Amino acid sequence: MLEIKNLHADVEGKAILRGIDLTIQPGEVHAIMGPNGSGKSTLAHVISGRDGYDVTEGEVLYRGKNILDMDPEERAGEGVFLAFQYPVEIPGVTNTTFMKEALNSVRKYRGEDELDAMQFMKVIREKTKQLGISNDMLKRAVNVGFSGGEKKRNDILQMAILEPSLAILDETDSGLDIDALKTVADGVNLLRSPENATLVITHYQRLLDYIVPDFVHVLAKGKIVKSGDKSLAQELEKKGYAEFTDQAA
Amino acid sequence: MAATVETVDQVRALADDKYKYGFVTDIEADTAPKGLDESTVRFISAKKEEPEWLLEWRLKAYRQWLTMPEPEWAKVDFPPIDYQDAYYFSAPKTTEAPKSLDEVDPELLRTYEKLGIPLREQEMLAGVAVDAVFDSVSVATTFRHKLAEKGVIFCSISEAIKDYPDLVKKYLGSVVPYGDNKHACLNSAVFTDGSFVYIPKGVRCPMELSTYFRINAANTGQFERTLIIADEGSYVSYLEGCTAPMRDENQLHAAVVELIVLDDAEIKYSTVQNWYPGDENGVGGIYNFVTKRGACRGKNSKISWTQVETGSAVTWKYPSCILQGDNSVGEFYSIAITNNMQQADTGTKMIHLGKNTTSRIIAKGISAGKSQSTYRGLVRMGAKAKGARNYTQCDSLLIGDKCGAHTVPYIESRNSSAQIEHEATTSKISEDQLFYCRQRGIGEEDAVALVVNGFCREVLQQLPMEFAVEAQKLVGISLEGSVG
Repeated sequence: MLEIKNLHADVEGKAILRGIDLTIQPGEVHAIMGPNGSGKSTLAHVISGRDGYDVTEGEVLYRGKNILDMDPEERAGEGVFLAFQYPVEIPGVTNTTFMKEALNSVRKYRGEDELDAMQFMKVIREKTKQLGISNDMLKRAVNVGFSGGEKKRNDILQMAILEPSLAILDETDSGLDIDALKTVADGVNLLRSPENATLVITHYQRLLDYIVPDFVHVLAKGKIVKSGDKSLAQELEKKGYAEFTDQAA
Repeated sequence: MAATVETVDQVRALADDKYKYGFVTDIEADTAPKGLDESTVRFISAKKEEPEWLLEWRLKAYRQWLTMPEPEWAKVDFPPIDYQDAYYFSAPKTTEAPKSLDEVDPELLRTYEKLGIPLREQEMLAGVAVDAVFDSVSVATTFRHKLAEKGVIFCSISEAIKDYPDLVKKYLGSVVPYGDNKHACLNSAVFTDGSFVYIPKGVRCPMELSTYFRINAANTGQFERTLIIADEGSYVSYLEGCTAPMRDENQLHAAVVELIVLDDAEIKYSTVQNWYPGDENGVGGIYNFVTKRGACRGKNSKISWTQVETGSAVTWKYPSCILQGDNSVGEFYSIAITNNMQQADTGTKMIHLGKNTTSRIIAKGISAGKSQSTYRGLVRMGAKAKGARNYTQCDSLLIGDKCGAHTVPYIESRNSSAQIEHEATTSKISEDQLFYCRQRGIGEEDAVALVVNGFCREVLQQLPMEFAVEAQKLVGISLEGSVG
């Protein structure tokens, strides 16, 4: 589903990713762990198409298509979803308006009919019920005045509505207390299916107690330095990242 | 070189003369010669068969106009206007009206389509010579019948001068005196058309009044004059303008709007202005110099201005309220969008004279391209305005790094019981917001439109329903090409 080959990327002339290779199959959950500054968020941004990163080498194939030349909205249309480390506030735009616009844009990209207000409300009610999210969040402006937990849950709701085939969670656990963490993890687990893949990016092992990965990769100084199963995460929790940072240097 | 200039002038003169010989005499008879002097003013007044007092008033305005300097305090920059190089009465069309939509600029049609304007209306707006106008005649007739039942007067100002001279004489120039400013002065001397509304005591106008339904408004003209009177206990909502870009060959527009509100009455005045802004370099756009002012003469009276300004090359406009009556209320809700080379200097004046008068100002400025947008506002608390209150909020949003946003608030208070609050913010549309929207599948231009519409929400909510939907689309269209 996702094939990253020898990916190098610079930010303002500084090499951040230095040759990443990663293959993710449908139905799999991969976790990328690593110390601060190892390039975790850069990887998430390069896959989703954020400006400000120069890919100097390598390719990212998504369902066989090289997506590096696509605009972020096209990648979203292809089914790539990014849950943000810091979901962004959009004052004056209600959640309902935002999600309707997003869903219809994606449907249009996929050649499907756009939903009218009635049809959309049906979809959104179904999803909020499924995720146990209160409906009054829909009337509020996107992420404005939301608590940290609410923002992350809102991102998960958007994910449920857009039904992506590849979900990337970029340090979605940062700043969450344990209850909020569980709610978010429950949401992600609910949306897992044999057709979809998930890439979890995190600094701490804690989230992986709730979203159990099939594979764990350690990222240090822009390279994957070790891969294993979920026991690798527990090992990291005990030992820390010191050995890898030394190794890569 | 002199010879070249001479040749150019000759060619230009020939081009100018085209209508003189090319058209039959009846057109000539209805046209005042190019330029402005006392005889032009007399010509206009005579053509309109006006009473003597109005001619005198026009002439006084004209004479004062000659002595007045151009207002130069606004943050706008344009070459001096050649007042002699314009027509002041029935300017002959130098280009022929398109015969069908096939002959209309495809770019314009694309915009109409995006706004969802029906074909018949598109033809009217683009100035296509078709009988679409007759449709609106019948609409207007039904309309008038319904209004007449309630005693509401809604007609052109020319008709009002003939049919309701007492009302016009009493109120014309009573809020904006002819010598108020250079542009208002010019309008007073040469206005040719506009709207007149009178709402009788205790009547709530049964429908929103729109210039669009007034048949004469098909050609609104450069010097429009509007006079609206809301008698005791009455209410009216008035819509002006159109979201669709209108074809117009006059570069200078100097309108005057006067509102008079008596005890317990209210006027809600909404404008969507989308005159041609010129091309990317600002060439050919309209100069929109408008004087709008309302007087809350009675106790508990209210005026609410809402404006969405997206068009024109240069906008100079300050819809204001004079709060004379005790407990009267003034509101100003504004969205000003500038793109490319557009310049807008707009805001309001709230003059508090009566006790416990309140005013509220919400101004949203959006600048993109190389445009400049200025909010200029005055809040004045008079010595007798005990307990008066004002709240002002000015927010500016910048798109790109070549545009400018400026906020110039003037606050004067002459009594210690008045309360004045002023809040201002300036922000840039953020990379984070755009990426967030785009990652969710929303294209870049739609993302900009979405963020800007959110930014303007408080003001858009003030517009009547049908206007609000169109205005939202317009916001997006106005900012096309501003990113990327």
